[in-house]
Amino acid sequence: MMRKILLPLILLIAVALLAALPVIGSRALVQDLFMVLCLLVLALNWNLLAGFAGLVSVGQQAFVGIGAYAMFACVILWGMDPLTGLLVGGLVAMALSVPVAFFAFRLHGAYFAIGTWAVAEIARLSLGQWKALGGGTGTSLPKGAAQEMWGAETVRALIGGSKAAAVDALTYWLALALVVVMLIASFAFLRSRMGLGLQAVRDNPVAARSVGVDPTRLKALVFLLTAFGTGICGGLLFIQIGRISPDAAFSLLDWTAFVIFIVVIGGIGTLPGPVIGVLVFYALERLLADYGTVYLIVLGLIGIAIMLFARRGLWGSFIQQTGFDPLPLSHAAPRAGSAN
Amino acid sequence: MIWLDTLLQGLMLGGLYALFAAGLSLVFGIMRLVNLAHGDLIVLGAYLILGLGSALGLHPFLAAVLALPLMFGLGWLLQTALLNRVLGEDILPPLLVTFGLSVVIQNALLMGFSADSRKLPVGPIEAQALPLGPVTVGVMPLITFASAILVIWGLNQLFYRTALGRAFRATSDDPVTAQLMGIRPRSIFAIATGIALVVAAIAALYLGARANFDPATGPARLLYAFEAVIIGGLGSLWGTLAGGLVIGVAQALGAALNPEWQILAGHLAFVAVLLLRPRGLFPRAHD
Repeated sequence: MMRKILLPLILLIAVALLAALPVIGSRALVQDLFMVLCLLVLALNWNLLAGFAGLVSVGQQAFVGIGAYAMFACVILWGMDPLTGLLVGGLVAMALSVPVAFFAFRLHGAYFAIGTWAVAEIARLSLGQWKALGGGTGTSLPKGAAQEMWGAETVRALIGGSKAAAVDALTYWLALALVVVMLIASFAFLRSRMGLGLQAVRDNPVAARSVGVDPTRLKALVFLLTAFGTGICGGLLFIQIGRISPDAAFSLLDWTAFVIFIVVIGGIGTLPGPVIGVLVFYALERLLADYGTVYLIVLGLIGIAIMLFARRGLWGSFIQQTGFDPLPLSHAAPRAGSAN
Repeated sequence: MIWLDTLLQGLMLGGLYALFAAGLSLVFGIMRLVNLAHGDLIVLGAYLILGLGSALGLHPFLAAVLALPLMFGLGWLLQTALLNRVLGEDILPPLLVTFGLSVVIQNALLMGFSADSRKLPVGPIEAQALPLGPVTVGVMPLITFASAILVIWGLNQLFYRTALGRAFRATSDDPVTAQLMGIRPRSIFAIATGIALVVAAIAALYLGARANFDPATGPARLLYAFEAVIIGGLGSLWGTLAGGLVIGVAQALGAALNPEWQILAGHLAFVAVLLLRPRGLFPRAHD
């Protein structure tokens, strides 16, 4: 009863409140939460990779950067709308993830982590050679490109305020939509036949293969799909930021390290984990905003403590303590007698 | 002649990378632990040498000798207090713990020493060079290279000629049987990490003497070191030296073509080797 009605209702109210924010909240808050939502998208993607497919990548910033650069290329070189560029960015990231997978999937475990990191560095250094997009120092979106993008006028008419505020609101809504889509898609995927196969491979590879699950195919699929999601998120981030450089677009700290901490703190391998993690992350950031380095030290120590004392993170521990899982990824066992 | 010179510079640089990688290779080979904080521990070592040198008025080489036992103690403590608790079938916990450690060390150094770049003052030796047939080589790079070979040779002797080395190999191959023979893997691991950090301190000396370093120097060096280990093959120390040389020579050749391609060429060489030989050049153990 509770599970069927109350939970979707709470989620719906939360999403509605978040969606209303650009109308009722301040612009600074909208920009803040835009970052939080984007980190959440990245975290949901990384969690699918590392928590469910067992692919511990330290190189997801490659796809953030590629998505962002593809979007910039579409706008600057070919005069396309930034939102179309966003989609192109996701597709390019997914296309490039094929050769990356071809290389990285030959490596296992820790080798895979290092391999993906090296790939991200190659992408960063290569795109730094692209002189039309500013080379190593980077470039900005043309003046007005973001403000004239599809939908910005409508948003402005809807909420009033300046053109820049309309861009903030639009990118914020897109990020929120991305989060909702990611959450629903992950839930559906993980409860599907393929998702169950994936979790079976994670929990016992030999047993999973013996019942006909093909681990490599499933993992490659997850790698491709998360590259798409990560690429789109990268494009969206840099529409809002408005300026790109190889170091910012391929930042290991911003797009992978923070994301890993978020997932680990919230609970790796659980669906609500990244949501909890991003809330903790944001709270810590606000609390320690005045002490930049202390903040990172605290984050690192929390990550270590979680791995030592509560490997499944805050959400995993909560489920273990209470036995209550509102978003179960497993299916209930069929009732005795109902089969025949 | 310019190519011979480039090749030689590349080999010298590769020696430095092999030093970065040797400790990593040891730990990786024995306990399959990927220490993402190794680069930051090397930088920590460089600050330790700098601090000891200026506090006691010692030459960096002497300060480094003092730093060796301290780093051994740090490694032992790290393994006993932290890393032994997360080793296991799942590779994720050690990866994430060392990742957290890396962030903590980096930012603690940033708080303690600011972001200013430092250098170890080794004196006039820094600028001296030796004519070596048709080319000349700096004395410091030569000493670095010789140290790398010496360290790898020493670790190999330790590995294959001593009782401790036998325990290392036994634990690496089959920890359960090793325990039946009275070996305690956890204390073996603690000693191994201690030795790895001694090597890291040696690497730190040459890192600091060769170029400027700051608290954020670690991760990039770590990546070169990992590439060297993986190119060399799991558990092979000479392989790690070869891996370091491959990266060093690739970087030097890349830089000779275009200064902007130096780092890129090293990474591309790594990918190329792994596409041809996914387990590296000289794998000793099966993963």
